[in-house]
Amino acid sequence: MLSIENLHASIQDDQKTKAILRGINLIVKPGEVHAIMGPNGSGKSTLANVLAGRDGYDITEGNVHFEGVDLLAITPEERAALGLFLAFQYPVEIPGVNNMYFLKAALNGLRKHRHLEPLDAMDFLKTIRSKIKEVGLDETFLNRAVNEGFSGGEKKRNEILQMLMLEPKLAILDETDSGLDIDALQMVAKGVNSLRNAERSIILVTHYQRLLDYIVPDVVHVMANGQIIKSGDKSLALELEAKGYGWIEGSSS
Amino acid sequence: MANQFLKQVVNKNYEYGFVTAIESDALPPGLSEDIVREISRRKNEPEFMLNWRLKAYRHWLTMTPPEWAHLHYSEIDYQSIIYYSAPKSKTDGPKSLDEVDPKLLETYKKLGIPLHEQGKLAGVAVDAVFDSVSVATTFKAKLAEVGVIFCSFSEAVQKYPDLVEKYLGTVVPYRDNFFATLNSAVFSDGSFVYIPKGVRCPMELSTYFRINAANTGQFERTLIIAEEGSYVSYLEGCTAPMRDENQLHAAVVELIALDNAQIKYSTVQNWYPGDEEGRGGIFNFVTKRGACRGAHSKISWTQIETGSAITWKYPSVILQGDHSIGEFYSVALTNNYQQADTGTKMIHIGKNTSSTIISKGISAGFGQNSYRGLVRVAPTAVNARNYTQCDSLLLSSTCGAHTFPYIEVKNSTAQVEHEASTSKIGEDQLFYCRQRGLSAEDAVSMIVNGFCKQVFRELPMEFAVEAQKLLEVSLEGSVG
Ligand SMILES: Nc1ncnc2c1ncn2[C@@H]1O[C@H](COP(=O)(O)OP(=O)(O)OP(=O)(O)O)[C@@H](O)[C@H]1O
Ligand SMILES: [Mg+2]
Repeated sequence: MLSIENLHASIQDDQKTKAILRGINLIVKPGEVHAIMGPNGSGKSTLANVLAGRDGYDITEGNVHFEGVDLLAITPEERAALGLFLAFQYPVEIPGVNNMYFLKAALNGLRKHRHLEPLDAMDFLKTIRSKIKEVGLDETFLNRAVNEGFSGGEKKRNEILQMLMLEPKLAILDETDSGLDIDALQMVAKGVNSLRNAERSIILVTHYQRLLDYIVPDVVHVMANGQIIKSGDKSLALELEAKGYGWIEGSSS
Repeated sequence: MANQFLKQVVNKNYEYGFVTAIESDALPPGLSEDIVREISRRKNEPEFMLNWRLKAYRHWLTMTPPEWAHLHYSEIDYQSIIYYSAPKSKTDGPKSLDEVDPKLLETYKKLGIPLHEQGKLAGVAVDAVFDSVSVATTFKAKLAEVGVIFCSFSEAVQKYPDLVEKYLGTVVPYRDNFFATLNSAVFSDGSFVYIPKGVRCPMELSTYFRINAANTGQFERTLIIAEEGSYVSYLEGCTAPMRDENQLHAAVVELIALDNAQIKYSTVQNWYPGDEEGRGGIFNFVTKRGACRGAHSKISWTQIETGSAITWKYPSVILQGDHSIGEFYSVALTNNYQQADTGTKMIHIGKNTSSTIISKGISAGFGQNSYRGLVRVAPTAVNARNYTQCDSLLLSSTCGAHTFPYIEVKNSTAQVEHEASTSKIGEDQLFYCRQRGLSAEDAVSMIVNGFCKQVFRELPMEFAVEAQKLLEVSLEGSVG
């Protein structure tokens, strides 16, 4: 599904080159759920952004393959069409653009890339009405502008709604659990779990074990300083919760 | 960066740049008292019209072009312009559509403007102005049933001289400004609308202006009179062929709303904007003003300005009647080397008058976009209210957005609010849209359309979609 080999990425900051990802190696197989944890500033969001094709990073070394395609060579929308979805840590507001219209355009954009007919308007409406219930937003959110004036938690739920509608092959959730109340957390988890199947993979970026109680990961990685410094099974997350990051960061150097 | 995506945005060309090969009957270039007399003679005008034109012409000779606008262009040579050009086939004016030159019908068909009273926009009556004259007005009979007069200005001068004499120049006097004065001297045609007392005009009225002939200026004049308790919605559209030289368009529009009358005036301005290097394009110097003469009257201007090399235009409302309402909704887009200096004037005179100004400026390429607005509250305007919102969106690092709000309040009970914002199209927004599967091109047009939403929703339904499409097409070319 996804294979990342020795990925290095840096940014230009005040004419200085700053290395952020410093040799990431990661293989995600179909059907697997991976959790990535790690201290603030360790590069988790950067990794997610680089995978999704955000501009502004220099990829200095390494490569990434997704479904056999050289991911770094194609545009963000092509990556989306291949089935890569990123739930943003900070979902973006688009004033004046109707939320439902946006989703429909996105869905039909993806379908076009895949040489499929646009979805029938009635089918779309039916699907979105049932999915929006699943994420616990009422239907008025469909007619508001994309994320505009949404609370933090509502934005995250809206990300999940988009994910449920777009049915990606690989979903990367960047701290979707941050800022959610307990009910919302369960709802998000339910949504993610409902997508889980043998073909679909998920990468969860999170700071909290809590989420992993609901979405049980196959593998847990710890990222620090732009590298994955430790990987293990779900018990690693429990250990981190108890001991913090200090013990691994210390042991790896 | 975002600019690269923006650069990929549609490289569609100006769709309306074709020329119609039709023989025209034109006066020689240049302006003199003789030319003014000749225009009036050809139009078989009554004495009062000729006198009015001559007063304007003589006054114009004493004037100089305004220099205060944030616009740069080389001086216009007023002696090289042709002031009158009419398609030759029209000698006495066609009596019906069947008599209109098929080439003209074809032209309007290509432009998507229906001159047949059935088909796509069957609910819209159209007056088609080609160069200096009106070639056809549709649905006249149907409108006449309810007493609505909708015809070319020339026809109004012949058939309703009393109405013309009573109202012409009462909102924009012939001395008003350099371009309006020039127009008063040489205007050749335009549209005339009269809505009788208590009548709600049963369909949208629309004028479509087309400049075709080379080196020709277009000087049209529109006069709309809404009697007590009447309502009309009026739409104006315009295009021109692609030419390397600049062409001058100096129009005047006067609106008069009496007690409880409402006029909604919408413009989709798509004159040829010039090429990517800034060669050619229309110089659009237009004076539009409405007078809310009656109590509880209302005038709304909605404009979508995407064309022209230069736009100089301030649709305004004089709020004389108590409780009258003025509105101005504007989207102005400048791409490549286009320049726009546009805005409005809201002049509060009556008691409890209110005005709303929503201006959305979009700049791309090397475009320069200025909002210039005046809100004046006279000492008599007790309880006047104004709300102004002025937003600018920048699509490149080489374009400019400027805001020049002027506020003059002479009554302490007035409330005047002004909000302004400038934003660059967000890389975040673009990336977000593209991550969801939208192409860069679709993402930009979606974001821009969202930005303009408040204005688009003021347009008559039939045209809102057209306006969105137009905006997409206009975002062509070098952005960066
Ligand atoms: N555009 C940028 N300009 C400057 N620094 C940046 C930029 N993008 C990322 N960084 C820096 O790169 C490092 C990694 O950032 P990143 O957002 O990937 O961290 P993270 O692991 O997601 O942190 P958090 O847990 O707080 O979300 C940080 O030090 C951040 O300041
Ligand atoms: Mg992060």
